[in-house]
Amino acid sequence: MKNILASSMFALSLATSGLAYAEPVKIGVITTLSGGGAGLGVDMRDAFTLAMKQSGNKDVELVIEDDAQKPEIAVQLAEKMIQSDKVDLLTGIIWSNLAMAVVPNAVAQDVIYLSPNAGPSALAGAKCNKNYFNVAYQNDNFHEAMGQYANKDYKKTFILAPNYPAGKDSLTGFKRYYKGELAGEAYTQIGQADYAAEIAQIRDSGADSVFFFLPGGMGISFMKQYAQSGVNIPVMGPGFSFDQDILPAVGDAALGVKNSASWSRDLDNEANKQFVEAFKAEYNRLPSIYAAQSWDTANLILSALSKASVKDKDAFRAALKAADFKSVRGEFTFNTNNHPVQNIYVREVVKEGDVLTNKIIATAFEHHKDAYADQCKM
Amino acid sequence: MSIALLIEQLLNGLQLGVMLFLMAAGLTLIFGVMGLINLAHGSLYMVGAFACATVAAATGSFWIGLVASLIAAAAAGAVMEIVVIRRLYERDHLDQVLATFALILIFSEGTRWLSGSFPLYLDIPPLLQGAVPLPGGGQYQLYRLAIIGVGIAVAVGLYLLISRTRLGMRIRAGESDREMIAALGVDIRTLYTVVFALGAALAGLAGALVGALQSVQVGMGEPALILAFVVIVIGGIGSIKGALFGAILVGLVDTMGRFLLPKALALMMPTAQAGLIGASLASMLIYIVMALILAFRPSGLFAAQS
Amino acid sequence: MSRETIINILLALLLLAIPFSASAMGEQFYVTLATRITILALAAVGLNIALGLGGLVSFGHAAFFGLGGYAAGILATHTFNAEPLLFGLQGTTSMPVIWSVAILVCGLVALPIGAISLRTTGVYFIMITLAFAQMIYYFAISWPAYGGEDGLSIYVRNGFPGMNTAQSLTYFLICYVVLMAALGLFWLLRGSRFGAALQAARQNATRLSAVGIAPFNIRLVAFAISAMVTGLAGALFADLNRFVSPSMLSWHMSGELIVLIILGGKGRLFGPVAGAMLYVLFEFALGGFTERWQFFLGLILLGVVLFARGGLLGLLAGEARHG
Repeated sequence: MKNILASSMFALSLATSGLAYAEPVKIGVITTLSGGGAGLGVDMRDAFTLAMKQSGNKDVELVIEDDAQKPEIAVQLAEKMIQSDKVDLLTGIIWSNLAMAVVPNAVAQDVIYLSPNAGPSALAGAKCNKNYFNVAYQNDNFHEAMGQYANKDYKKTFILAPNYPAGKDSLTGFKRYYKGELAGEAYTQIGQADYAAEIAQIRDSGADSVFFFLPGGMGISFMKQYAQSGVNIPVMGPGFSFDQDILPAVGDAALGVKNSASWSRDLDNEANKQFVEAFKAEYNRLPSIYAAQSWDTANLILSALSKASVKDKDAFRAALKAADFKSVRGEFTFNTNNHPVQNIYVREVVKEGDVLTNKIIATAFEHHKDAYADQCKM
Repeated sequence: MSIALLIEQLLNGLQLGVMLFLMAAGLTLIFGVMGLINLAHGSLYMVGAFACATVAAATGSFWIGLVASLIAAAAAGAVMEIVVIRRLYERDHLDQVLATFALILIFSEGTRWLSGSFPLYLDIPPLLQGAVPLPGGGQYQLYRLAIIGVGIAVAVGLYLLISRTRLGMRIRAGESDREMIAALGVDIRTLYTVVFALGAALAGLAGALVGALQSVQVGMGEPALILAFVVIVIGGIGSIKGALFGAILVGLVDTMGRFLLPKALALMMPTAQAGLIGASLASMLIYIVMALILAFRPSGLFAAQS
Repeated sequence: MSRETIINILLALLLLAIPFSASAMGEQFYVTLATRITILALAAVGLNIALGLGGLVSFGHAAFFGLGGYAAGILATHTFNAEPLLFGLQGTTSMPVIWSVAILVCGLVALPIGAISLRTTGVYFIMITLAFAQMIYYFAISWPAYGGEDGLSIYVRNGFPGMNTAQSLTYFLICYVVLMAALGLFWLLRGSRFGAALQAARQNATRLSAVGIAPFNIRLVAFAISAMVTGLAGALFADLNRFVSPSMLSWHMSGELIVLIILGGKGRLFGPVAGAMLYVLFEFALGGFTERWQFFLGLILLGVVLFARGGLLGLLAGEARHG
């Protein structure tokens, strides 16, 4: 790490061209910077600070703190940032359960929250809010895309996810578009490290394909054990288990796996090229999807700041909703429930030289909307 | 459900049990000899996995990594014992719980400080890749069989060490009467450091072996630690034999529970619902078994001392 | 007045003074922080009844903390969604009712857990209480009705008759009064015949049985009272965060409660209060200072165990009256 005692509060002071950024803007970033899930938060933070730095906007001040992946700490940090630091905007949370802890109360206090990752269904549907903008995805989206794509080649899929809300959402999302038969459906324990029992069931089930959603270390463990077990049934899953933060740890076991995501490093647009270059130059590693979403979040905020004052909430919300920024995901607009309308791609894990990465092989959905927007009365 | 699948699942349970035994053996040995509860045992497991992954990545050899994991965990254990643990033997369990809880925080963040925030890569060595055929038409992964073999070897080795060697005699003496062996002129401080380092090395070995199967990441030791505690409490704290039985029991109950409960419930309700409820029950199962055993045998199955 | 009594009074006044001065300076967040200290202290006072007086090292008190929290969350959710609870009963947003339910539920759950756990002693007791807490933790994660791992949001803080609980200072005062009442309970228990029997059971159970008192029953009652106080704290904590989730039930939470007691000074009346003040201060100050705050928190905790036996109160007030 660059700074041993990186002060979490720092003002970005870079030369500016003297544009009309009137008053200072304070953004609170609550993310996971310690423990096993820290990699995602670190990518999120790094992309966000880089985007702010490159913009040259000297009026933006960031307050970044670590939630240790614990909901209570996230809630306390949100209170502190709202009441004590008096932030204008909040962002940064990686995990659905932390978002569910923080977002409802923050938006009720008329603080605008922008989600750079995680989109629990409740916040997209009945409990949507004009102050909540999801710049990432609704939790079901990637799984829906995989379900849609699976129709092309597969008739009998074994599906598997952890036994918690995001896991159930995932399998629901997959089944929403998948038309074939299920060879089996298994719910694993959260934090489970050994999947021998499930892999044996998969082998025994006569499935022609496997779909799994196992975020973080669970996915690494599953993929390694699956590859080692010698079961040859093709695997697919949402991009989370095949992204740049995780691929080096999975190794060649991931080669050739199809996975779904709204972004890929090789997505062909100008903003994305600049982003990947800048991220690589600054941090000497490839960005993950969390970095991409966070980069977009930062640029969305910057675009809104150039149009409206953050103190004029109505105008600022309208400016955010216009989504007038160059997304690294190409076309990006907001649906009525402030969730993205975007393409979801199918990617394949490939090796470029020594580096495992993804390349896009198909588009599962164009301008995809989530299934909950109708329940949102905003 | 075929016979081959059943055999495979039994082997999976056995393999999980053997893994837990490596963790639990050190934990129970340390408790038996020094009377210490070490919550930081899971951190030593993590140290083993990280050392193995780092060295294997640098040298390209899993085997050198495995040796490194033993050395690193034993060294970390010895340092931990000399700097911190030594001051805790005379304290009550409460102080030990708190101090070793603090050590978990230090080790977890320290490890992340040293090796970054992203999980590390570690694969099984080429020699142990592939599978062997099982009776009934199934097959079983060679590496997992090797783990079972290592576990049996460690169990036999520990038995020989404790019953046949001078060190083992001192360990047994330390378990039954601490003042006595000090009075006999045995250097008890060194003995304790050696026993602690031995327990640490076993945890490190478990970490390295499991690291090739699982994600090598910060925090990987905690679930393993809790399970190891369940094991030694079921087996009777301080008893190596108890740890072995407890570990295999927990391994089998956990694996078979995850495998069979959803199937059993599916006979009574829709499959999707059975999957959900079965998974919920399976995650609670080993704790239920532990509570039942302790309700009837308050000092575990093989209580070593009263 | 002994030195410890003076320090206790000073601590009580200090805890009261923080939110008032913060509020006067317009720093609302420090009111929240003081409330957090108060509630964690309350939870630890509960544990201190079992641990400090009875010598029962429960490593599973997060179970009761979380159950109390879920009592608040579930009752409030049913009211919010206007769905009747079991048997046509309605949910409620009235704190006194919620507290009674939380206390009752925790007492009822603590009795069987205690009855089984108290058959064991020492490390077995530590581990079996942990096992029960883990059971409830995994149950809460996988039980879909109340949010599972996502937890439950309480959209509007529950109410207390005649008070505006949404105001942070008012809510602090409610929690503060409850904490003082619990400290009063602890003090009464310690001085009572029951407390004497409990402490005797810790020091010499055989002698206690010889005079015709069953240590088991005394301990079981103490364990249940302890669980009820911690459960009440859980209900307050859920209302403070307006959120409850399985992480309130995790073994880290149990560990933290033990940490609070040792940090402050175990078995002492105000130990949990001093411990909660220190712990929240460390967590907050280090968290603002470095992203590696857990590393330094670990070092500080280790330093306290090794070099400051008797915790903060031990340092300030000298040796404890009883071991």
